[in-house]
Amino acid sequence: MPAAMFLLGSTSTSLMSLKPVDLTIIILYFVLVLGLGLYLRRFTSTGEEFFMAGRQMTAWIAGLSFISANLGSLEMMGYAAATYQYGILIAHAYWIAAIPAILFLALVMLPFYYICKTHSVPGYLHLRYGEGARSVSAISFAVMTILMSGINMYSMAIIMKVILGWNIHVSIWVSSLTVAVYVMAGGLLSAIFNEVLQFFLIWIGCLVIPIAGLIETGGWNGMVQRIQHNFPGQDFIHMWSTTGSFAGNPMGVHWTGIVFGWGLAISFGYWTTDFLVVQRVMAAKDLRSAKLGAVIGASFKMLVPLIVILPGLLALAVLPFKLVPESQGGPGIHTYNEALPLMLARYCGPGLLGLGVTALVAGFMSGMAGNVSAFATVWTYDIYKPLIRKGATDSHYVSMGRWCSLLGVFVSIGTAYLVMNFSSIIVYAQAVFVFFIVPMFGTVILGMLWKRTTPAAGFWGLLVGILVSLGLWLWVKFDPGALKYVAFSDQAKDMAENIYRAMWTLIANVVVTVVISLVTKPKPEHELEGLVYGMTEIPPEGQFPIFKRPITWAAAVAVAFVALNILFW
Amino acid sequence: MEKHFISIWFFIGSLLTVYGVLILGTGIYELLGHSSPVVVLSRLHLNIWWGAGILLLGLVYVIGCWPKGRSNA
Repeated sequence: MPAAMFLLGSTSTSLMSLKPVDLTIIILYFVLVLGLGLYLRRFTSTGEEFFMAGRQMTAWIAGLSFISANLGSLEMMGYAAATYQYGILIAHAYWIAAIPAILFLALVMLPFYYICKTHSVPGYLHLRYGEGARSVSAISFAVMTILMSGINMYSMAIIMKVILGWNIHVSIWVSSLTVAVYVMAGGLLSAIFNEVLQFFLIWIGCLVIPIAGLIETGGWNGMVQRIQHNFPGQDFIHMWSTTGSFAGNPMGVHWTGIVFGWGLAISFGYWTTDFLVVQRVMAAKDLRSAKLGAVIGASFKMLVPLIVILPGLLALAVLPFKLVPESQGGPGIHTYNEALPLMLARYCGPGLLGLGVTALVAGFMSGMAGNVSAFATVWTYDIYKPLIRKGATDSHYVSMGRWCSLLGVFVSIGTAYLVMNFSSIIVYAQAVFVFFIVPMFGTVILGMLWKRTTPAAGFWGLLVGILVSLGLWLWVKFDPGALKYVAFSDQAKDMAENIYRAMWTLIANVVVTVVISLVTKPKPEHELEGLVYGMTEIPPEGQFPIFKRPITWAAAVAVAFVALNILFW
Repeated sequence: MEKHFISIWFFIGSLLTVYGVLILGTGIYELLGHSSPVVVLSRLHLNIWWGAGILLLGLVYVIGCWPKGRSNA
């Protein structure tokens, strides 16, 4: 979801000042990531090592990296801001809009990605549908990934300026060049190592906020009482009970939109087909580790609201002033986007503040590294190799991967400066990005589960899905009255509109794919082995005790997911 | 030939250990009466507790994953 939307346009002066110990903590982080990148270079000499980290990651490394690729600082600050605005409803982003999809990826889809030994999701589309579907998905992914990387870079530089008063150009260049060095040197291996490091930094840097906040408010009940006192008549603490009508909750969304738009279309699109996250578990050393990695990722994903949603709720309870939308911000007036930094500054003195800022910087840099490493893989294997230079040596493609990592960083920097002058690009790009991945899910899942799906249907279903997504977005853009048709309510906020647009996109994609499949010629069955359910022999995971099997832990995560939704109903 | 590298957990443990020492040291410095910026709940000396916790966690990883032999990820 476009969390960075919540982070735009902040204009207030810096919120914090760092002491020497804080700066020491930040500098040590930069030294370590640079050193790690240079150290790992010697281990990434072949294509398999550079692009897939040698496929030797353990379940824990793959799982933490998988979840960290989605735990960027923009997402954290954006969702904390959104929580201040919409309340605990935003926790749906971490539960129904993540857990079912991740478990589905682990148990149903990963075996196919893993068995066919593809390097990427577009690579799977090539094997299943042919060159057309791969080219559409690879080019879209490459462009959008690098664009989003630049947008994130710009947004982060703005945040560093707002929070710390840092020069925007220094922030962009120092962090980008650091990322360039370590991704160029160590490829996916370097990106994964830094994502695992980031995971620890984010948790130890941010967990202090909810703990201190709950001490200050006297626990959960005390926090709720303070919120009700500060915002009488508004419900910020229920996830489902207020979604029976569009007007009953601050987001303007009905539960059907949350379940089918957010929980199905967007969530499954992102978690099962966005190569940026899927690449992490594909780098696991075997299928069981890949599945367990995804399940480990799901379990930690369920806990992320502790360090994102809870600080947003605590901000509603304890801040002595009310935050305002970005458009109303100004000197001395704090905006929604500042919810998380304000809470950090509220409880963290020297040392802890440096740790918190390092966590945000690490989240940004590893997010960028993830974008760049995924871009390098898709560019090299799905665009350069099939369309530009076939049959070159492995070392040539590794060299191409290294150089296009650097190129990706520079294009991102260029995008950041472009966005600086045309900030509306952010809104456009995020909308396009979100809806590009939704039709991908329809195309991939129909290809995996239905052997009748044809190459022509795969190509046209994907293309029509993308066009429908864009068309609906343009319709509302030029005719705001269309909102009541697209989102069923003229009260729908941006997030609700995105949710319903995703639902229509998935429906269009599936209908077109099914109809074209029924009137065109399918692939011969022998060409579908290893790619389609019923045509693929899933290798046994070996004899492991029940507590070491992915299905056991997936069931435990599913039970916890249901319990959490009931608890916060 | 399979390649091996020092465990990521060792690097993480090392960084956490250094961070723990820095944050705990800052907390003790403040406890001894030196001035520090006023934050909410400063009477609890969060940086002492948090720094000690980070230091302990870091040491567990450093000692447990010390690169004596060679290991994967």
